Amino acid sequence: MPKRSYSSESDEDDDSKVKSRRSEISDVENSLESLILRVGKKSKSSLESNLEGLASVLETDLHSYKGKILKILCHCVVRVPSEMTVYTTLVGLLNASSFNFGAEFVEMASRLLKDCLNAGEFSDALSCVRFLSDLVNCHVVESASLIAMYQSFVSVATSQPDCGRIQSDCYVLAVLSSLPWSGKTLSVTKPAELNNLLTNIETYLGGRDRSFLPMVRVWSTDTPHPQEEHLDCLWAQIRKLQSLQWEETLIVRPYLAFVGNLSEALQHALPPFSPTVNPDHVYPLPRCVYRMFDYADCPSDMPLLPGHHSIERCLLEEQISQIISDHRLERRLCAKALVAHPHYDKLPMNYMIVEVIFGQLLSRESPVYLEVFYGSLLIELCKERPTTIPVILAQTVQLLYERLDTMHITCIDRFATWFAYHLSNFQYRWAWDDWLDCMQPNRDNNSPKLWFVREVLAKCLRLSYYQRVCEFLPETYLMLVPPEPMPDYRYKSENRQVEGGEDDIVGIAESLIMTIKAKGNIQEVVEVLKRCPKPVDEFDEGENLVNSIAIDVFTQTLFFLGAKSISHSFSALAKFHTVFRALAETEESQILMLKSIYDLWKNHHMMLILLVDKLVKSQIVTCRSVANWLFSNDMSGDFTRMYVWEIMNSTLKKMNKHVLRLQTELDAVEEKLGKTAMVDAPSDIQAEAEALQERLEQAQAEQKNLFLIVFQRFIMVLGSQSMSKEDDPDGNTESWFRVVTERLQELFLVYNQQIVRYTSTLENLLFTSDIDSHILTVFYQYKALRS
Amino acid sequence: VLRASGMSKRKSIDTTEYFDGHFQGNRDGYIQAIISSSTLYIGNLSFYTFEEQVYELFSRAGDVRRVVMGLDRVQRTPCGFCFVEYYTREDALNAMRYVNGTRLDDRIIRTDWDVGFKEGRQYGRGRSGGQVRDEVRTNFDVGRGGYGKEIQRQMQQHPVTPF
Repeated sequence: MPKRSYSSESDEDDDSKVKSRRSEISDVENSLESLILRVGKKSKSSLESNLEGLASVLETDLHSYKGKILKILCHCVVRVPSEMTVYTTLVGLLNASSFNFGAEFVEMASRLLKDCLNAGEFSDALSCVRFLSDLVNCHVVESASLIAMYQSFVSVATSQPDCGRIQSDCYVLAVLSSLPWSGKTLSVTKPAELNNLLTNIETYLGGRDRSFLPMVRVWSTDTPHPQEEHLDCLWAQIRKLQSLQWEETLIVRPYLAFVGNLSEALQHALPPFSPTVNPDHVYPLPRCVYRMFDYADCPSDMPLLPGHHSIERCLLEEQISQIISDHRLERRLCAKALVAHPHYDKLPMNYMIVEVIFGQLLSRESPVYLEVFYGSLLIELCKERPTTIPVILAQTVQLLYERLDTMHITCIDRFATWFAYHLSNFQYRWAWDDWLDCMQPNRDNNSPKLWFVREVLAKCLRLSYYQRVCEFLPETYLMLVPPEPMPDYRYKSENRQVEGGEDDIVGIAESLIMTIKAKGNIQEVVEVLKRCPKPVDEFDEGENLVNSIAIDVFTQTLFFLGAKSISHSFSALAKFHTVFRALAETEESQILMLKSIYDLWKNHHMMLILLVDKLVKSQIVTCRSVANWLFSNDMSGDFTRMYVWEIMNSTLKKMNKHVLRLQTELDAVEEKLGKTAMVDAPSDIQAEAEALQERLEQAQAEQKNLFLIVFQRFIMVLGSQSMSKEDDPDGNTESWFRVVTERLQELFLVYNQQIVRYTSTLENLLFTSDIDSHILTVFYQYKALRS
Repeated sequence: VLRASGMSKRKSIDTTEYFDGHFQGNRDGYIQAIISSSTLYIGNLSFYTFEEQVYELFSRAGDVRRVVMGLDRVQRTPCGFCFVEYYTREDALNAMRYVNGTRLDDRIIRTDWDVGFKEGRQYGRGRSGGQVRDEVRTNFDVGRGGYGKEIQRQMQQHPVTPF
């Protein structure tokens, strides 16, 4: 009918009109977004004129695109914190021309802060608090309401009874880290309230229990640079800033150019805050400020390096950390951005950059990003500034070497691992003779300098090969050259003790080799193994192969045959998987198997690590067995070596990953269940969920068991060492004890999130009051960490 | 998703510009395999680099599942490349970000995405059995058998007589 076709035609017209209008809108929105995101970037005109221009453009669009503009600005609050003052100025200008816009922005930003806090996104929350604080300088927010917000944060720390230190610190940090921006204005408009606030903070900080400090310090002494807990340092910096009437020189404040315009704007009040503490959130652990350099380390032709308690040092470190965070996925851009910092040539920023990088690398809990990121970033920095950065790095290495005696073992580990990697990129050139003091006669193997040099050389060996290490080491290092990484096979023909007969184990090994080389099958191999004599004092397990001689012959022979490369060993393992399984039935036999591999490959750490890893992944050996093996008497000689702890940590991480994987699978199935109708949920999904639940619970029990065993063995091994001076004239036991205690600390720290579930078990079963006080102290330090 | 503006166009780290001529399938299938891969091709290795050295360096980006050394098709000896398989793509991405362009055995190595190891892909495809690049290159490289194969053949045919 004509009418219908006419109306359908006009519908089509309307459709296309709507479509073209939509694309028009999105074009405008995209260009607005691009304008706003680019306003802080370098351009031909000044920042102030760019801001002025953008503000006038946005003012005309406020009516139609207000929602979008608000959204973009809120995005900038959390995603572009490095340009915060640019956007606070922009908000200030827009507020000056439209009171309503300002009100809506303040409301939206406050809601954003609340959402971040509720979601546990603390670093985003910090950015919000700072942004709102700076708005007081742009006449957008009333001083009174800002102070009130600060007070409500601090009262979380001082008046909420169930709030632990770890949570309170978070709120106090939010206030303290915003004061460099808002302090000056508040000291003029609300001086009494500001002083009151600072007094409250001081009282809180003074009353904190700092017994966790040994858990987070890199060095155990405060010489030459004090390692302060982060908040304590920030407090000292704020105090100093206050004494200078809140004057600082670093923060770029574009709003100062618009004082006239902005001062006429009407201000808004922040909505009241009642922050709460959520026990499910993961609050950041405390940390120490890392200090390596002071002004005396830098060349004298430059302005002085800002002092430890100057706010400039704090702000510059934050800016450097922000640049690293922004570009952490692109090391080349990161290096370029770091050297392009506006103050790079005006201050010894290159020293600060190296200091921040090492601070992140050596951070006790774990490096902030991957270790190899820092290694490759430092190489890029060497390329960007080849005349200065390599010199600073050499200075750093020498400085860290000199202070090794008080450095925590975890940090020495990371330093050694990084240094070997760095050398491998620069032909291993180093002034090795500068470090001959590490070989002084009274140094035992666990004395830090000797330990460090040995581990660096062990890592260099792993990255290269034996002849290379011999080439780059001077003759003075003869006694420190690591042994050649060759297998030490027990059943060589020259080791033959008995000729023929059933006790000729070398003969059995030779038959085994012949059988395998002739492509014998599993049955034939088992037949050869059955000829192994049973050790006299071992329990007879019936007709099974399980005896220590069979385990040793088979394990050593097979991995000796596969010694050519790790792939050869892996194929051997895969081919004879069933024999390995049969031999490794009990934990005792698994430990014997691990011992056999150790005896064969003790000079080739990489092989050892990879084979143990493969045995666990192939489920021939359990994580428990590996842990017990590492604590066994046979391993006591190598117990403090880095590779042992690589295996220990890798095993614990495998266990944790396994549990996490099951948890994720179960969550996915439960989500599926949740989506289908409750009444007739398919029974096979139900069954799947139940089966997964069971497996998860079993894995969690294994995980708990593993940690408990490791802690128990630590207590046993530490408790067995006598601490009297007569038994330890050289101090060897003392240094061993220190290293092992630090390893225990490392365990508590690295896995603190998993262990928190077992705290009461640990307290009641293991770390009881009759344990040696040195060991108990570590446990209390751990508890203080999360309190 | 709002992105920080000011980023210039550059090669994506998620994909490769190399197209494997031996791949069984069309270009779309190839791209699909590449963007979901957790295997990397490593190039410019010395012929003398051990598997264990590759494990040591590449484990720093994440857990390595296995390393397959590239072999000369004729001699069955290493010919300067290998594959590194990670358990997750994220770990392989980290190797692309932080290991690519750094040194192994004093040589700058190159990492690139690979579709995934299949038996047969470990052999060099050059006429002499090694990699194609070693057929045609003109420089002298101590770690990769000296001169390129073509030049070596030319030198054999027209030997330079010493005075």
